[in-house]
Amino acid sequence: MSGRKRTLEAISFELVMTVIAVIALVIIIAPSLVVLIVSFTSGFSLRFPPPGYSLRWYAELWNAWQLHFAAKNSLIVALWATGLSVALGVAAALAISRSRTLSARLLDSLFMSPLVLPALAFGLAALMLFSLVGLPVSPLTLVIGHTVVCVPYVVRNTVAALAQLEPTLLESSAVLGASRLYTFRRIVLPLIRPGIIAGAFIAFMSSFDNVPVSLFLRDAATDMLPIRMWQDLEGKLDVTIAALSGVLIIATVALVAVMERVTGLSRRLTS
Amino acid sequence: MGAAPASRDVTSYGMGLAAPLALFFLIFFVAPLLQLFWLSLHNDTAGLHWGLGQYLHFLTDPFSLGVLGSTLLLGAEVTAVCLVLGFPIAWLYQRVGPKLQTIIILIVLLPLLTSVVVRTFAWIVILGRQGIINATLQSLGVIDTPLKLLYTQFGVVIALAQVQMPLMTLPLITALGRIDPNLDDASCSLGAGSWRTFFRIVLPLSLPGVIAGCTLTYAAAITAFITQSLVGGGQMLFMPMYLYQQASTLQNWPFAAAISIIFLLAVLAVVSVFTTLGRLSRGYGGA
Repeated sequence: MSGRKRTLEAISFELVMTVIAVIALVIIIAPSLVVLIVSFTSGFSLRFPPPGYSLRWYAELWNAWQLHFAAKNSLIVALWATGLSVALGVAAALAISRSRTLSARLLDSLFMSPLVLPALAFGLAALMLFSLVGLPVSPLTLVIGHTVVCVPYVVRNTVAALAQLEPTLLESSAVLGASRLYTFRRIVLPLIRPGIIAGAFIAFMSSFDNVPVSLFLRDAATDMLPIRMWQDLEGKLDVTIAALSGVLIIATVALVAVMERVTGLSRRLTS
Repeated sequence: MGAAPASRDVTSYGMGLAAPLALFFLIFFVAPLLQLFWLSLHNDTAGLHWGLGQYLHFLTDPFSLGVLGSTLLLGAEVTAVCLVLGFPIAWLYQRVGPKLQTIIILIVLLPLLTSVVVRTFAWIVILGRQGIINATLQSLGVIDTPLKLLYTQFGVVIALAQVQMPLMTLPLITALGRIDPNLDDASCSLGAGSWRTFFRIVLPLSLPGVIAGCTLTYAAAITAFITQSLVGGGQMLFMPMYLYQQASTLQNWPFAAAISIIFLLAVLAVVSVFTTLGRLSRGYGGA
């Protein structure tokens, strides 16, 4: 009697949890699939399902020079911001990861704070400071602003990779007579490299996608891709944007697949 | 361990390596925020007259307070939806084999790395008058005229929940992975049903993950102004857009600065409440 009751009870629990989980996973994945399907429409509207399929909007994309220009700017800024984030972030991670001092913990909180503070407020603040000291907005101010909001990802992933490093490895290397620099190059760096790459990847993606900082720190001549797309969407619902979204979704899937191979990205973000 | 001089300890590096980033943050992050605060304490746009006029204006203006209130409420609604939908994903993750685990993680991860504009655009396509929901309901004969889904609170909440879901799910997966599976069996063999075991054992033990997820989701949801403005449309105004309008369109920098500071403080207050809860919950479930 009680066994039967418990089974029914257990089944009801598992059923409810599984159904909600599947619905949630569908909600997560559906928007990307919908955009991909709509981007192949042969019609002029974003009607779903599309009346027919064609590659016309991808062909249209080929000639959209405004979008090309914006994409190039976004790519250049993201590459510079990622490079700067890695240089500054990895060094800082080495310093704070194994230190339990108060200053190390305070620095850690400081370096992580751009993740929770509203980026728009930071963008405005940076613009005010730059105009106060007479530095005009330019690609340089963009790179600086993006680096502030992207460096936390590099610091966090590098610190996590360093935390898994066995201290005995470093001690044995030192006992065997290796210098600190040699140990760093031959032992530490190879072991934390996947962590650094994962952090750099997330930093790059978040810079490429950044709107709030770019809104304030770009000059009129520097159009950025997500801002261009946002403004296009505010005005008219253009199917070209669907094709561009399709390209971005496919590129993201491809990059994530590569990163999963190189760095084990999924395990890294859940441990 | 603290007694050994840092230079002798081969397993750690000097704090000097943090100096470049610390300096960079001091100049380009701390200084701008201080400057923002300084400007917010001025009554005129030129920044000559000290005063609390901007804050008084905000705190006595029903419109401004309404924007702040609806922003904080929006964050709470999105966080609740993410928790209810995200927890079962994390639960399912712990019950399936490694192959399915990787698939679940990648499904959760993809939106996090896909452009926010693209994800928001998708919701415009789904929620629009000719969108997938209206088209389906109309072809099924449930409704005659299209429902208004875009530019509504419901639309903004569901779109934001999807956009921020990874921030909730990833910490939950980590937290559930740390729970000893024997506890589950022990509870069941002692006669507690699955539901009871879930609410009395699994949920309390995963509280650190719940709180971490809620903090990240809440902070992201109230600051996500692309999704707010595109799905919410012109009628719904939230703090980020309010700030942007004052700063960019109206060029009222001191008031925009005051909005920023109030918004920053609101975010910090929520984060510190969650952090305190997190510390308490670790004492509770960390045995």
